[in-house]
Amino acid sequence: MSTLHTVNKSPFATGALVSCLGHCKDGDAILMIEDGVYGGLTGTTVADQVRQKAGSVMIYVLGPDADARGVAADRLLQGISGVDYDGFVDLVAKHDRTQAWL
Amino acid sequence: MSDVKKFLYVNRKAPYGTIYALEALEVVLIGAAFDQDVSLAFLDDGVFQLTKGQNTTDIGVKNFSPTFRALGDYEVTKLFVEQESLDERGLTADDLQEVTYEDEDDDWAEKPSIRIVNRAEMADIMADQDVVLSF
Repeated sequence: MSTLHTVNKSPFATGALVSCLGHCKDGDAILMIEDGVYGGLTGTTVADQVRQKAGSVMIYVLGPDADARGVAADRLLQGISGVDYDGFVDLVAKHDRTQAWL
Repeated sequence: MSDVKKFLYVNRKAPYGTIYALEALEVVLIGAAFDQDVSLAFLDDGVFQLTKGQNTTDIGVKNFSPTFRALGDYEVTKLFVEQESLDERGLTADDLQEVTYEDEDDDWAEKPSIRIVNRAEMADIMADQDVVLSF
C-alpha cells in the first residue's frame, strides 16, 4: 500500500512540501506540480530535506510545469525524474491513494 | 458492510484567512450522510481551527468553530490533532475547544472526539485511508 503525494506550491511560499516530507512513508511517491516544481531545485534551503527523502521515496516533477517555469532538468536534484501528463496518470493508477498537499 | 470506505479530511489551513476550513467542514457535514468511516486530521495551521475563544463579530464572517461540536451527532467522532503542529504554534491541548460525542456502544457515555497524535502516528493514519480529501 502506498500513497502518491502531490505538491503544487513553492516551498518558499508555504510549508506544504516540508509537511509532505514529514508525513510520507517509504515506498510513497511525491509529484511536484505547478509552483511545486521549485521544490526540486538544487541549492535551495529545502534541498537537503528533499535529498534525504529521495532515497526512500520516489520524487517526480511534472515536465510541462517545470518547462513553463524554465526549471531545466540539470537544475533538479539528483534522483528527481520528470514525468509528462500520461506519467502523472500512471502514478495515480499505481498508488492506492493520492493526497494533495495544498 | 463492505462498501464502507475510510475517508480522511485533511485540514492544514487556519480558519478565516481563506475559505478552505469552512468548505472542509461543509463537505464533512454533507459527506456524513453517506455512512462512511470518517476521520478529520488537523495539522500545520489547521490546528488553529479548533482553538477556543474565536469571536468573528467584527470581521463579518460566521464563526464556524461551534459547528465542530455538532459533528458527533453525525457520527463523526475522530478528530486527530498533531502534537508537533500545536508545539510549533505555542499551543497545548488545553487551548482547544472541547468536542465530544455520545458513544452508543457504551450507554451513550460522553467521550472526547479530539485525539492528540504525534507526526508519525498522523502519517500512519493518512496511510490507512481509502480516500484522502485535502483542504
